[in-house]
Amino acid sequence: MALLEMKDVRGGYGDADILHGVSMTVGEREIVVIVGPNGAGKSTAMKSVFGLLTIRGGNIVFDGEDITGWAPDRIVQRGICYVPQVDNVFREMTVHENFEMGAFLRRGDLAAAYDRIYGLFPDLKAKRRNLAGDLSGGQRQMVAMGRALMLDPKLLLLDEPTAGLSPKYMEQIFQITRDVRDAGVSILLVEQHAKQALAFCDRGYVLATGANRHEGSGQALLADREVAEMFLGG
Amino acid sequence: MSFMDFLNFHIVPGVVLGSIYAVGAIGITLVFGILRFSHFAHGDMATLGAFVALALVTAGLTPWAALPIAMAAVAVVAIVVDKLFYDYLKARPKIMTVMASLGVALMLRAVVQVVFGVDPRTYASGIVRPDEYFGILLRDRELYTLAAVVAIVIGLTLFLRHSRWGKAMRAMSDNPDLARLSGVDNRKVTMLTWAIVGALCAASGFMLGINNELHSMMGWQVLLPMFAAAILGGVGRVEGAVLGGLIVGIAEELSIFILPAQYKAATAFALLLLILLVRPRGLLNGKVL
Repeated sequence: MALLEMKDVRGGYGDADILHGVSMTVGEREIVVIVGPNGAGKSTAMKSVFGLLTIRGGNIVFDGEDITGWAPDRIVQRGICYVPQVDNVFREMTVHENFEMGAFLRRGDLAAAYDRIYGLFPDLKAKRRNLAGDLSGGQRQMVAMGRALMLDPKLLLLDEPTAGLSPKYMEQIFQITRDVRDAGVSILLVEQHAKQALAFCDRGYVLATGANRHEGSGQALLADREVAEMFLGG
Repeated sequence: MSFMDFLNFHIVPGVVLGSIYAVGAIGITLVFGILRFSHFAHGDMATLGAFVALALVTAGLTPWAALPIAMAAVAVVAIVVDKLFYDYLKARPKIMTVMASLGVALMLRAVVQVVFGVDPRTYASGIVRPDEYFGILLRDRELYTLAAVVAIVIGLTLFLRHSRWGKAMRAMSDNPDLARLSGVDNRKVTMLTWAIVGALCAASGFMLGINNELHSMMGWQVLLPMFAAAILGGVGRVEGAVLGGLIVGIAEELSIFILPAQYKAATAFALLLLILLVRPRGLLNGKVL
């Protein structure tokens, strides 16, 4: 059984529905990417998993438990962590303090957790005393991922982690995402850079106007002519 | 006038007054940074603290022994005020909470006036001669005030930098959404903030009282300089509030060279206008404005 199963989810932020029936699954140790044109509801679909919108239909099952309608703090404790697209670090706190805040709900010795994070993000070790707000965009994104990983989640949600980053950092973030997956965490991410994202993910979903349009392995979607015409630019 | 006279008659009182402003301004900056509103009841909460200490002194305690008890008492009052009034309005536009705090200010003042009257009071009567330290003249109460302010600032800084809940407070001030995503309990942080703010209010009121006299308008009268201090230093920054407090305090004492003494209070107002015009984020780049 898949780690995460969304079935026919409908809902939105206010009264109007943005999602009109989205279904997707994320398996263990899988990188799944959501792509689609602007306004397709990609981020909204991901936020629905994290309890950030009103769900009016369908259900979300995580690790064998129905989490539909749960509040975010409960979902965090259940093992899903979310990295927002913007404002995803504590700017006035040091890199290390950002990680400490990520582990706020965890008790006991965190030495192993810190070793793991600095192992994944060796660049940050030298910067651990720097304020997160003073780092470059790519490094800030690493801090944001590190913060989310401190709770040792089973599933990590990344909202456009490469937005606004240079190609060099984009590659680096994708590589780190693979490293995180190899460390045993499943990943669901939303991406604007559809070509690059589909090339690196395990599976992808193409959304359009709040509903599933296509799905398949990243390679298959890249080869699909209809997907290409839709938004990959031919 | 010799340099030592200048130091003793203007700078020393300015530093003492300024460090009292600093304690008040730290509270204002914490409320603004974490709870995102201007707390107009701050001064009257300080008055309440001063008079709680007076009640304890009347009951036989020495003033400095009464201080920690008064701080604890006003911490509880601040938490209760939040639960009764501010918490109720938290989903509404912040201006409503600001106005509510004005109402709370009037209520607290009325309580003080009903219980203690409207006449000026003192913790101890009699004239105290200052002692000389390397040419600087300081009364014991001034020395203790400065020591207490230093202890408060160091203690609070250590708490905010190194303790689990201190970091949670900073996180809530820095990025409230992310703090919640990280599992920080907003209600606990709010309660803790009010406890600290209440205690700081009591401390500033007590210090005002012991260095001068107590009256029911004492806190209201220092509200403006305290706000000026918080904004001058950069709202949301504890170190900024300390710097701003000292500047406002010293500026008020020096203003008598160019203004009649009864216009002392206008100094803080002028400084506030000036900083808002030239550098609205404050000297140390405030975070939330």
